[in-house]
Amino acid sequence: MQSKGSMEESDSVAVARVRAGDGNAYRVLVERHSRAVFRLAYRMTGNEQDSEDVVQETFLRAYKQLHRWEARSSFSTWLYRIAANYSLDLVRRRQRHGEVAMTESAGERETDVVHALASHAPGPDRLLFSDRVQQRVAATLDGLSRQERTAFVLRHFEGQSIEEIAGALGLSGNAAKHSIFRAVQKLRRALEPLVNSQS
Amino acid sequence: MKHATEEQLVLYYYGEQADEIQRHLESCEACRGSYQALQRVLNSVDSFPVPERGADYETRVWREVERRLPRRRALAWLAWKPLAAAAALGGLMAVAFFAGRSWRESGAKASAAADLEVRERVLMVAVGDHLERTQTVLAELANSGDPKNGALDISYEQRAAEDLVEANRLYRETAASAGDDRTANFLDELERVLLDVAHNPSQVSPGQLQDLRQEIEGRGILFKVKIFSSEVEEREAAQNAPVL
Repeated sequence: MQSKGSMEESDSVAVARVRAGDGNAYRVLVERHSRAVFRLAYRMTGNEQDSEDVVQETFLRAYKQLHRWEARSSFSTWLYRIAANYSLDLVRRRQRHGEVAMTESAGERETDVVHALASHAPGPDRLLFSDRVQQRVAATLDGLSRQERTAFVLRHFEGQSIEEIAGALGLSGNAAKHSIFRAVQKLRRALEPLVNSQS
Repeated sequence: MKHATEEQLVLYYYGEQADEIQRHLESCEACRGSYQALQRVLNSVDSFPVPERGADYETRVWREVERRLPRRRALAWLAWKPLAAAAALGGLMAVAFFAGRSWRESGAKASAAADLEVRERVLMVAVGDHLERTQTVLAELANSGDPKNGALDISYEQRAAEDLVEANRLYRETAASAGDDRTANFLDELERVLLDVAHNPSQVSPGQLQDLRQEIEGRGILFKVKIFSSEVEEREAAQNAPVL
């Protein structure tokens, strides 16, 4: 497995090759980061089709803006920033048009639970509980502000440092930290009664 | 040490301030209880499922992305330098013109229409690239977030717009002299928007940014660029233009 350091180094090499006119070098970057960008996008939008759009658009935007990336920063962080911002735009547009981002996936999860119950897989109570937690998590993430959601997703799921998150959002370190705290507080308020009822 | 705050426990969960809080948790039952409650909540967030992608996902994404990437042409090296691209266009148009004329003078049965066709091909390739670059810059501005600390730095977009204005003028004049009034008129409208961007200060206030967005969105310029780009692509395809 490639270490983060050597991946960043080879990302820089690939970018340099693209800039020098080797279009195929971009394939290395797309293939290396597409799965991670999808995961990030899904956690931001909660919608599979939107996440696929984010993946496509992120790599297209990154290609067009490649001259703006500076080698002293991490390529993946820069790429995630583009993906996070586009995801947020998408979520904002959906909200403006009165659509609920999680509707599709919540519906799918409900169907999954019905199938699982029918097949007598792991205890039905446990599955129903797990489904309720997932839905509550999804609804709470939907209720976070754009900044809180981005900061939280980047910290919790992507393991980015406060400094990297601050850079991605154009915030001070303290502001990024407080966005994460606020997100955690909201998640606690929403989830603690449910989670504690099972512990 | 006093009891750990919620913020300290959150940082500890994410591996920061580890030593200090670790020591405290070993000796404070109340904080240990609070931390375990926090842990349960944050661990439950991990249950948020992400759909699995197939084994060929990376290849599939690349195929789609590659299809939509700006086509790589001999002019691609000029992609970051719009003015140089426009100047190169002038050279190419001149070469096309003189090549066509000397061919005719040598006795070949070429018509003025063929001459025009070559020039139009060259122009369409160059204008297609120009519109892609313009779209990127204007979309950046239209989609930029609200200014932080009362101002947004648009110096990059501004410099890009200055270059694009110059290139746009050359393309517009070339289109007009080639008799392509539709392209010339469209580029004229685009030039006004690019000039607005170029003439703004490099740090814009929320009000100035709003005005700029209105200028871009009010004229529907991004939509028009998109439509016109598609038309350019269709015209290129119809002409089956050879790679330059």
